Amino acid sequence: MTFFNDLWVVFTRAMRLSLRQPLWVAIGLLQPILYLTLFGPILEQVAQTPGFPPGDSWQIFVPGLLVQLGIFGGLFVGFGIIAEWRTGVIDRMLVTPASRTALIAGRVLRDVIVLVVQAMILVGAAWFLGLRVSIWALLAGLVMVALLGAAFAFISYAAGLAIKSEDGFAPVVNFFALPVLLLSGILLPMTLAPRWLQIVSDFNPFKHIVEALRAIFRGDFGSPEVLLGSVLAVLLIIIGAWVGNRVFAAQTK
Amino acid sequence: MTTGNGAPIIVAKGLKRTYKSRGKPVEAVRGIDLTVREGEIVGFLGPNGAGKTTTLKMLCTLLEPTGGDAEVVGCDLRADPVGVRRRIGYVSQAGSTASNALAGEEIVSHARLYGIGKAEAERRGRALLDALDLADVWDRKCGSLSGGQRRRLDIVMGLIHEPRLVFLDEPSTGLDPQSRANLWDHIRGLRDRMGTTIFLTTHYMDEADALSDRILVIDHGAIVAEGTPAALKAGVSGDTITLSFADHETAERAADIAGSLDGADTPEVEDAVLRFRVPNGGTALPQVFSALGQAGLTPIGVEVKRPTLDDVFLTMTGRSLRD
Ligand SMILES: Nc1ncnc2c1ncn2[C@@H]1O[C@H](COP(=O)(O)OP(=O)(O)OP(=O)(O)O)[C@@H](O)[C@H]1O
Ligand SMILES: [Mg+2]
Repeated sequence: MTFFNDLWVVFTRAMRLSLRQPLWVAIGLLQPILYLTLFGPILEQVAQTPGFPPGDSWQIFVPGLLVQLGIFGGLFVGFGIIAEWRTGVIDRMLVTPASRTALIAGRVLRDVIVLVVQAMILVGAAWFLGLRVSIWALLAGLVMVALLGAAFAFISYAAGLAIKSEDGFAPVVNFFALPVLLLSGILLPMTLAPRWLQIVSDFNPFKHIVEALRAIFRGDFGSPEVLLGSVLAVLLIIIGAWVGNRVFAAQTK
Repeated sequence: MTTGNGAPIIVAKGLKRTYKSRGKPVEAVRGIDLTVREGEIVGFLGPNGAGKTTTLKMLCTLLEPTGGDAEVVGCDLRADPVGVRRRIGYVSQAGSTASNALAGEEIVSHARLYGIGKAEAERRGRALLDALDLADVWDRKCGSLSGGQRRRLDIVMGLIHEPRLVFLDEPSTGLDPQSRANLWDHIRGLRDRMGTTIFLTTHYMDEADALSDRILVIDHGAIVAEGTPAALKAGVSGDTITLSFADHETAERAADIAGSLDGADTPEVEDAVLRFRVPNGGTALPQVFSALGQAGLTPIGVEVKRPTLDDVFLTMTGRSLRD
C-alpha cells in the first residue's frame, strides 16, 4: 500500500534527521532525569504531609513526569515544522502524490518513538531511585506517553503550520502549557490544593489522565479514575489526529 | 526547435487567485488563460510580485485557485490533483532540502514518495547530479553546499521521477554564469532527448530570451504579451542609437538634427549623450553621420542597440523590468 510506503519514507527521513542532532536527543533525555534527581527528593519529604494521596512518593511522582513528558515532548515539535516549511521541504513533499496523512503521521511516529525511548530511560532511572510497580503499570505508562505525545505532536504540527512563524507560535505554546502544568497536579498532587483550586482542576482533562496513571501505578487497574483517564486520552488522540490532518490538507487551500 | 506542434499539456481558463492579507483581498492572479503544448519550453516573465509563483503553485496543486479551471497533463486540477502530482515536477523558488540532511538522502527519500525503488532512485540521482556538475555532493549536508549548488540540487530533486512536465520557479537564481549556461543546456537537453515540457519563470530577460520557445509576459496578475522572443521584440518599434559628444551643447545641437531625420522619434539628451530610436539602426546610421558631418558635429562614441525583452516590457507596461 502506498500509504505505508509514504509513512515509512517520511518516518525514516525524520528519524535520521533527529538522530543527527544528538544534542537535542541528549537534552530531551536529561530533562526527566533532572526532575527525578533534583525534584524527587523534595517530594519524598512532602509525602509525609497530611492530604498526600495513598502510595509511596515515587508512585505518585513518576506518573506525573510521564504525562509531562508526553505533553511537552509533543507540544514543542511545531517549531521543527515551521523550520521545515521555511526551507521549502513541506511544499516539496506536498507536490508529490504522497498521502497527506502519511506526511504528518510519519513525523508524529518519529516523535512518539523518541518520547517512548525517553520514557523508558526515565522509568529505568526511577527504578534505580526506588520506584517499585508491576510491569503492566510500566507498560501502561509507556502507552500513555505514546498517546499523549502523538496527540500533542499532531496538534503542535497543525498549529505550527497554521501560524508559520516561531514568534507567533511560541506565545501560543506558553499560553497553553502553563495552566496545563499548574492545574494537572503533575508535580504535586491536587489533593494538596485548596478546595477552589481542586474544583478548577477538575475541568483539566490532563489532571484526570495523571490520576488514572497514578491509580495504575498503585495497582488499582479497575478504578473509575483509570477508565475516565483512558477515555480522555483516546479522545485526545482522535481529536489531535483529526486537527493535524485537516491543517495539513488545508495547506494547499 | 519544436514550437506549438504538440498536443496541449496545460490548458488554463480564467485562472484566478485572491489572497486575503489582513482582511484585505490581494488579487495576485486575475483570471489568466494559457495553453502550453507538449515539448515546448515556455518562459513566464514578469517583475517581482507579478503573480508568477502564484500561477505556478496553482498549476502544481499547491494552491487552490479562487476561480477558473485548468487541465494539467490530462488531469483536472480540482477533480484529480493526485493525477496531476504524479505527472509533474516542481522546483520551488524557496528551495526543497533540509540543511542537516545529506543530499543523497533527500534525493532518495523524495524519489520514494513517487514509488521509485531505492536503487533506481540512487542511480537516477547520481546521474542527474553528474549532469549538473554536482557529482561529489551525495554525502554532503545540504546546508554545507553553496547557494548555487543547493539550487542545482533542488532541480535534481524536481527531475528525479522523470516527469513529462516540469515547472521551474526561477531556476537560475544564484547561479554563476557558467552554471547558468550549463543549466540552460541541461534544460534544452531534457526537452530534446526526452520531450519534457518545461514551464519556467524568470525575471532575467536574457534567460527568457535564450531558453524559451515562447514567452508569456505577466504583470499585475494578468498576461500582457505572448509570443516567440523574436516576434515580441519585432513588435517593439525600432533600434536605439546612442551617440556621445564632447559636451552638452554639441549633443543638443545634434538632437535637433537627429529629430529631423526620417522615422526617428523624439531624441533625448542626457549630459553629453544623445539617445533616439529609428526603425532600423543599420540603415539609419550612415544618414545620421552625414547629416551631423554637414553641420560640423562629430560624435566621440556610438552604439546601436537591438530591442530587448526589457524594451518589450517597457512598451507593454510603461515600466522597466529592471526596476
Ligand atoms: N500568502 C500570501 N498572502 C498574501 N499575499 C500574497 C501571498 N503570496 C503572494 N502574495 C502576493 O501576491 C502577489 C503575487 O505574488 P507572487 O509570489 O506570485 O509573485 P512573483 O511573480 O512570483 O514574484 P517574485 O518575482 O518576487 O517571485 C504579490 O503581490 C504578493 O505580495
Ligand atoms: Mg515568485
